[in-house]
Amino acid sequence: MLVHCSDRVRALLLAVLLLTCLVVPALAGPFEDSVAKFANDDFSDTEAAIGEVASSGNPLASTILSALQDGRLSADPDTKKIFVTRSDGKIIDAATGAAVDKLSDNVADVRVNNRLRRAIEAALGGLTLLSSDPAKRLAAAQSVFKSHEENLLPTVESALAKETNKSIKQALAEARAAIILFKSDASDSDKLDAIAVIKARGDQEALALLNDVGTDQPALVTKAASSAISSIQSNLAMWSMVQNAWYGLSLGSVLLLAAIGLAITFGVMGVINMAHGEMVMLGAYTTFVVQEMIRTRYPALFDYSLLIAVPLAFLVAGAIGVVIERTIIRFLYGRPLETLLATWGLSLVLQQAVRTMFGPTNREVGNPSWMSGAFELGQITITYNRLWILCFTLAVFAILLAMLRYTALGLEMRAVTQNRRMAASMGIATSRVDALTFGLGSGIAGIAGVALSQIDNVSPNLGQSYIIDSFMVVVFGGVGNLWGTLVGAFTLGIANKFLEPVAGAVLGKIAILVLIILFIQKRPRGLFALKGRAVEA
Amino acid sequence: MLTQLTHDIATMTRRRALAATAGLVLGLAASSPFSPAQAADDTIKVGVLHSLSGTMAISETTLKDTILFLIDEQNKKGGVLGKKLEAVVVDPASNWPLFAEKARELITKDKVAVVFGCWTSVSRKSVLPVFKELNNILFYPVQYEGEESERNVFYTGAAPNQQAIPAVDYLMKEEKVKRWVLEGTDYVYPRTTNKILEAYLKSKGVAPEDIMINYTPFGFSDWQTEVSKIKTFGSAGKKTAVVSTINGDANVPFYKELGNQGIKATDIPVVAFSVGEEELAGIDTKPLLGHLAAWNYFESIKTPANEKFIKEWQAYTKNPKRVTNDPMEAHYIGFNMWVKAVEKAGSTDPDKVIDALPGIETPNLTGGVAKMLPNHHITKPVFIGEIKGNGQFDVVWKTPGLVAGDAWSKELEGSKDLIGDWVGKKCGNWNTKTNKCGGQGS
Amino acid sequence: MTPHILTRSLDRAATSFILIVAAFGVLIPLSNLLLLPGSVFHVPTYLVALWGKYVCYAILALSIDLIWGYCGILSLGHGAFFALGGYAMGMYLMRQIGSRGVYGNPVLPDFMVFLNWDKLPWYWYGFDKFWFAALMVLLVPGLLAFCFGWLAFRSRVTGVYLSIITQAMTYALLLGFFRNDFGFGGNNGLTDFKDILGFNVQAEGTRCALFLLSCLALVITFVICRAVVTSKLGKVLIAVRDAESRTRFLGYRVESYKLFVFTLSACMAGVAGALYVPQVGIINPSEFAPGNSIEAVIWVAVGGRGTLVGAALGAFVVNYAKTFFTSGALAPYWLFMLGALFILVTLLLPKGIVGTFNSWWEPRRVQRNSCIAADEASAAREDGVGAPKMAE
Repeated sequence: MLVHCSDRVRALLLAVLLLTCLVVPALAGPFEDSVAKFANDDFSDTEAAIGEVASSGNPLASTILSALQDGRLSADPDTKKIFVTRSDGKIIDAATGAAVDKLSDNVADVRVNNRLRRAIEAALGGLTLLSSDPAKRLAAAQSVFKSHEENLLPTVESALAKETNKSIKQALAEARAAIILFKSDASDSDKLDAIAVIKARGDQEALALLNDVGTDQPALVTKAASSAISSIQSNLAMWSMVQNAWYGLSLGSVLLLAAIGLAITFGVMGVINMAHGEMVMLGAYTTFVVQEMIRTRYPALFDYSLLIAVPLAFLVAGAIGVVIERTIIRFLYGRPLETLLATWGLSLVLQQAVRTMFGPTNREVGNPSWMSGAFELGQITITYNRLWILCFTLAVFAILLAMLRYTALGLEMRAVTQNRRMAASMGIATSRVDALTFGLGSGIAGIAGVALSQIDNVSPNLGQSYIIDSFMVVVFGGVGNLWGTLVGAFTLGIANKFLEPVAGAVLGKIAILVLIILFIQKRPRGLFALKGRAVEA
Repeated sequence: MLTQLTHDIATMTRRRALAATAGLVLGLAASSPFSPAQAADDTIKVGVLHSLSGTMAISETTLKDTILFLIDEQNKKGGVLGKKLEAVVVDPASNWPLFAEKARELITKDKVAVVFGCWTSVSRKSVLPVFKELNNILFYPVQYEGEESERNVFYTGAAPNQQAIPAVDYLMKEEKVKRWVLEGTDYVYPRTTNKILEAYLKSKGVAPEDIMINYTPFGFSDWQTEVSKIKTFGSAGKKTAVVSTINGDANVPFYKELGNQGIKATDIPVVAFSVGEEELAGIDTKPLLGHLAAWNYFESIKTPANEKFIKEWQAYTKNPKRVTNDPMEAHYIGFNMWVKAVEKAGSTDPDKVIDALPGIETPNLTGGVAKMLPNHHITKPVFIGEIKGNGQFDVVWKTPGLVAGDAWSKELEGSKDLIGDWVGKKCGNWNTKTNKCGGQGS
Repeated sequence: MTPHILTRSLDRAATSFILIVAAFGVLIPLSNLLLLPGSVFHVPTYLVALWGKYVCYAILALSIDLIWGYCGILSLGHGAFFALGGYAMGMYLMRQIGSRGVYGNPVLPDFMVFLNWDKLPWYWYGFDKFWFAALMVLLVPGLLAFCFGWLAFRSRVTGVYLSIITQAMTYALLLGFFRNDFGFGGNNGLTDFKDILGFNVQAEGTRCALFLLSCLALVITFVICRAVVTSKLGKVLIAVRDAESRTRFLGYRVESYKLFVFTLSACMAGVAGALYVPQVGIINPSEFAPGNSIEAVIWVAVGGRGTLVGAALGAFVVNYAKTFFTSGALAPYWLFMLGALFILVTLLLPKGIVGTFNSWWEPRRVQRNSCIAADEASAAREDGVGAPKMAE
């Protein structure tokens, strides 16, 4: 009995001991104390916690910090417990790593501000330098380059020694150079080497780093730094010309896309279509509707939303175009200026209709992942959405040209617009062709709306902001000539972007308008004038 | 000539003469909707002067709904002075002369007791002479450039010292910003705000070469060059921030370009004065995480009053996703102040209400008290919010107390000696140096 | 000579139009000033201002009809001339404020003090004098139109090309005037006017006087337009409209005719703008917006292109509809109605209200009055030239 008793006591004691071994450190250890600071909802406490967690050496540190960075770290203000929601949706206790089923209601996200975000980035940079994921290592090296914290030098050097990937190695070398440049006890020759490495990098960030070199550095170093700065600057100035050209191409592609539908309805058919902008807007709203449906029903398809939206926008805008042609425009052929009046009225109606249906505020159209972000080409940044829009515009243009050139409908369209009566007597159903041509122009405007939804507001006013520019492009290029529209759009785009840095956005635009006015004096029928008898008609 | 005329009149067929008379009568009859209609005695009419079409509809439609909602709520409580309130809605269509015309119509024809309306200074400036001439009351709910204090206007939006300066202070202290880009749309509010900020920054020891001021036109959509300019300016080695006074429509493409060119808030934070919950509803905010806005109200602020307001607003609009924003709160405050002033004066007579308004206090939605000051501006707290991934703001800083709105900026040469005081001095531009009413004097 | 032009140019319809406008110009101010507010026939002051605005729009419509209806020049930028005239008047009114501005600066307008300007820009000199401002009201739009037209007509820019570059012109001016550096008050424009020629702009008497003046200007503009279109010059203009090349081959210097009428029309638009500004109390760059110019063209089309009475009537009808629909329960739907009005007028009344009325009325009138004196019939035929496609 006694033995029994003591056995039980011993078992109990053992259990208690075991529990204390497991639990007590978990409650009282320095790491857990640091983590608990996250629950205070005070930015300076959070900052302290970041530093302590980062230097703790605990394997959970990088999990916690990256969760904090992504807004997946939450705290219970009552129990001071901190939880990480992992990217797969599982929840763990940040201090212990133990799985947790469900968060109670008063758990709130740990808040961060920009200062803390920078601290997290710097801390993660140190922690993930040796990560197995190459992308993480690269990001870490880059953030060390920016923060250039002295105490990371050994880590950077050991990472550099182990690294096999060429681009990461390069990034690490630059990070090391950045640290050395600002290390007070580094030798002058080391610093000069560091400047050479940074100079070779040659981008804005290198420039920022070199500009940071203070006057307290040895004269030799500051001199080398300033010569590196001027060499980077002259290099960047050259690249900025390339960049302007790229921006010009990109603006030109947007202008072309907006104008290309008008080049058909206005340029080919002679209808002064003031509702053209609204067709663009309808295309953008189609994109919005498609994305909304995808978001609620098939979120996995989101990246394909634009691909789905393009044909739909074409159909929606095209169908509305056909209806407009059948009910309004067809009564007005031969009275081009009156189409202006009717289509202006129509544009008011369409705008207000959209405003009534979707509300007056902007609608959110998201960028699919393949249209977000940018890549570096030399020293210029090329954003994916602009690049895709340029490709898309050229593709639309090519398809349109091919269609007009090689299909039966295209042939009929050309025939009808060149000589309606002759075409009719050859057995072409001219009124059907008219409707289809107008539908085609409107449909292409709808497609333009899909692309423009990626860079501009999706609001009832969307079309208004493009209509004037579109008319300028078509007239500048020469009415009735698709190639003229292409050349016109890119010329205006590039000229605008080269003027903008010199004259500013407003004066640049005014200068372009004045140039168009003067140019029309020189060539009263645009860049590529139609010749022959059709001209006077 | 004369003989010809008389001859014409004489030969004018009877029918034509009849037609002419008919036309005249018709013209007058058609104008009858404008002849002074007798206001029904059992209601008090409230004018709502917000654009429902045109470029400003995007912002103003919500404010029209807000006033209708507030009137609805007030009527449920029994109205004011025992009478129901009745809204008179007109659409000035984002057209400035039409604003003046509609204001005149509201006051003369509909006999409204007060008007809530306008957005952007030009619309306010356009209606100002009308309100002065016909002596009525306008509540203006949007942040503006200041430099104005009128007897007939009550400014419930922020003056520059209630938005711009605290935001810059925050960036200097918290983010240690040393280099500034002041980016704005080219109109009066950004111009003046930037002028004030420039003077303020220089007084804090910022070198002129560390300030870049840049203007773009309305509705600007191609931000590539501007954003890369900001990037270049930010690479000078000092911490850089952008203070944005970019107007409504141009914001979406601006933020999209920022996100795509990879400018993160941790590198170059952007603090905006015209971007609120409503504007963010049109953008995917994930790339904008951490960019800032300075306002006197955020939907995310947790107070019982705010939660109640949001719940009732969403129920009223039958849209559980409908957001609230700062100008809405300004209307909420302005409306409640007007109700209190009417009750205090015991009448809706504009003169009495104008005299009753200064000194009126009403709780705002963020737990503070808004007080109408003698210069017709109100006290407000200032919050700095960071954009979150869900289109809301996370308040990262707030002023310790309430900030009183300055009608005249202390930073500008032309206005530093001026104050507005409609209680004691009965003057909107009292010069404290010369102790005279009437600006700088000569 | 002068009486001859007048008798020839003023047919019965024109005379009745003048009489109606004159009657309005006198009766409305009288009823406003003399009758008590309670009276059925009392016209409230805000209506005087509103109708005054319409009259200014009617002058603008006349100026557009003169070039579009009779010479085939479709200007989508006529709002620019209107706005320039308005700015010239606005600058005079700004200078009249003197030290009564909020800053109390005796010389500089408020917005300049506001932006720390220390002296008046050179182009503001002289605007403190009414005669100078009045001259500028005619000169600035006229000069711009002359230069623009001289370039455009000489290089034979026609049709849509011309329409689009006029649009480019007004758009460029819009952007320019928005710039605060330009020195015209930027987006806020010019406002808060006090006096005109020493009279308070807000006083009822001044408003009535302005209304009367606007009506007078409308009559004068109308008479000038009639005189032009019924003269030999007018016949050449119509020839240019209907067959420009043929007219040129006949030996007429087409560009000179076009330039004259374009400049004249711009001056008229300038006068309209100058009368408009004191009545609405603000001038702002949005008057330059291309949409405004297009809308003005639409007034003409609604009323009847090529009929001067129609242009004026169109301006009244469309603007009255705008005023009417933007209030009350209809407010959210007014754009539908305005849009539908434009579409329906184009489809159902291609000649506009007056044009359609004329083509319905004319055969009946001729039938009824077949016994009327021969000289009158011949006068009518002469007028018929005014719009061959849409006979009077």
